[in-house]
Amino acid sequence: MYRNTIAYRWFTLFNTLLLAVIALLCILPLVHVAAVSFSSSTAAMANQVFFWPVGFTAEAYSRTLANPLFLHSLLISTERTLAGTLLSMALTVSAAYALSRSFAGRGFYSWFFVFTMLFNGGLIPSYLVVTKLELTNTLWALILPSAVNVFNTILMMQFFRAIPKELEEAAYMDGAGYMRSLFAIYLPLSLPSLATLSLFAMVWHWNSWFDGLIYITDYRQYPLATFLQTIIQSGDMRNTNINPAQLQILSERTVRSTQILIGALPILLVYPFLQRYFVHGLTMGAVKE
Amino acid sequence: MIEWKKSRMMVSRELPLHLLILPSVICLLVFNYTPMVGLVMAFQDFKPRLGFLHSPWVGFKHIHYMFTYPDSIQVIWNTFLIASLKIAANTVVPIVFALLLNEVRMLVFKRFVQTLVYLPHFLSWVILGGILTDILGNKGIVNHLLSGLGVEPIFFLGDGTWFRITVVISDVWKEFGFSTIIYLAALTGVNMSLYEAAEMDGAGRLKQTFHITLPALVPVILVVGTLALGNILNGGFDQIFNLYNPLVYREGDIIDTFVYRVGLMSGSFSFATAVGLFKSAVSFILIVVAYRLSYRFGNYRIF
Repeated sequence: MYRNTIAYRWFTLFNTLLLAVIALLCILPLVHVAAVSFSSSTAAMANQVFFWPVGFTAEAYSRTLANPLFLHSLLISTERTLAGTLLSMALTVSAAYALSRSFAGRGFYSWFFVFTMLFNGGLIPSYLVVTKLELTNTLWALILPSAVNVFNTILMMQFFRAIPKELEEAAYMDGAGYMRSLFAIYLPLSLPSLATLSLFAMVWHWNSWFDGLIYITDYRQYPLATFLQTIIQSGDMRNTNINPAQLQILSERTVRSTQILIGALPILLVYPFLQRYFVHGLTMGAVKE
Repeated sequence: MIEWKKSRMMVSRELPLHLLILPSVICLLVFNYTPMVGLVMAFQDFKPRLGFLHSPWVGFKHIHYMFTYPDSIQVIWNTFLIASLKIAANTVVPIVFALLLNEVRMLVFKRFVQTLVYLPHFLSWVILGGILTDILGNKGIVNHLLSGLGVEPIFFLGDGTWFRITVVISDVWKEFGFSTIIYLAALTGVNMSLYEAAEMDGAGRLKQTFHITLPALVPVILVVGTLALGNILNGGFDQIFNLYNPLVYREGDIIDTFVYRVGLMSGSFSFATAVGLFKSAVSFILIVVAYRLSYRFGNYRIF
């Protein structure tokens, strides 16, 4: 048995240590920012904070949460996350169900969807389309252009396909059409997959910042991710139209750390649920046959 | 007559399927296909006032300019360099990590490591960019620790070469954990009796790894590797945009950030579109080649 050799025991010890260090390296930067956010402003400025707050105070939190700009962007983000997820799930389910049936035109539709994964018009033409449609400064600009997620549609389609055809055939015999069988058979059977994909859509929407930056011209209407982006990039003043005095407060180290942490908080909260599902979801679409 | 009636019945029965897919088709048509048509502006001197239809045609002027203008050549090179380094590092590190993790017998410890290393994948580059600018800055914790070791402060985000290194390493840091999932999944499929047989023949763990475990991973590695080809001009817009600054434009600017600044900030729509078209076209060719190759090697299909 190799496991009892001295060399392998040394390897196990070394390996365990190495993996532990790597794992900690993945989380320590976040811990550091959390520690800074709970530290006193002076301690943070003097670089005394490592992985535990120095001069513990929640002042940065009360200041952040008292800032109407921050709160409003939080609201916008929540709105877009809910509306965007709802819209994109509705589109995903209906398109995926259609694509999972065999009917005249399916081949064409498949290519129509897949081609968008292979080629795209790029930033400038896409930007012009959204501006020409006068979607700028509306919630639509944040949820419509990305409403169809082809990858999720394919995942959902594969899931629908795995449901035994006999169920639908039986329903057909009883006079149910496609619509009926989608709502009465397929949807109830795929609630776990729906939950998973919705969770991923929500994370995606919460994290999206670039569309806010280019399609929303009024900084008071920024979603949180875009708001944070502007604060963090505040060294680059060309990018921002928030007035300098306000920027001074917002970009103070403890306050900035607080904002970063609050921005990451929803993701950290849903992470345990995400982790339960993504391993399955990721390998489901990959290697088969 | 009966045939005809039957086919008409099929059509009306299938109508709901067309209706179900219609909203998605419209969305894709408007937000994905219209911009593709809009790429014609790369061959025009586009004026927003005149639109696609009335802007004057200039042929390959912008494409030609792209290949002669030093800035855009530099940007294409930066993109290629950063993206290739990322592809290489993001292929090797996850494989090694998966092999090391595969040796862990303590399930609790394994779960613990997995939970922590998957996490950065889900945080956006805005968050991570904020964290990295804080810890890598002049007065950040990393330079603070380095100075404790007697090392001069390093301008991770202010020096071109260091910027490239930082970008590649931080990308690996964010993604390596998540990328191991597919390898770990492949490893669970390895037939245990192979190891037992190897043991009978007196093969040590290292030999087993090289002769059983790694060969079992080869199909997955080939598929992942070829699919990564499509990213050869993908420097990672979100990441670069949230980390760079004018000091490192020369070494750190990539096609996507360049297109954003030249197009949306300075308003040179046509030139920016030409550069974007170059990226889309090259990526398209590589993706198609990659899919064909990976279908041949690994029997991988998306549909």
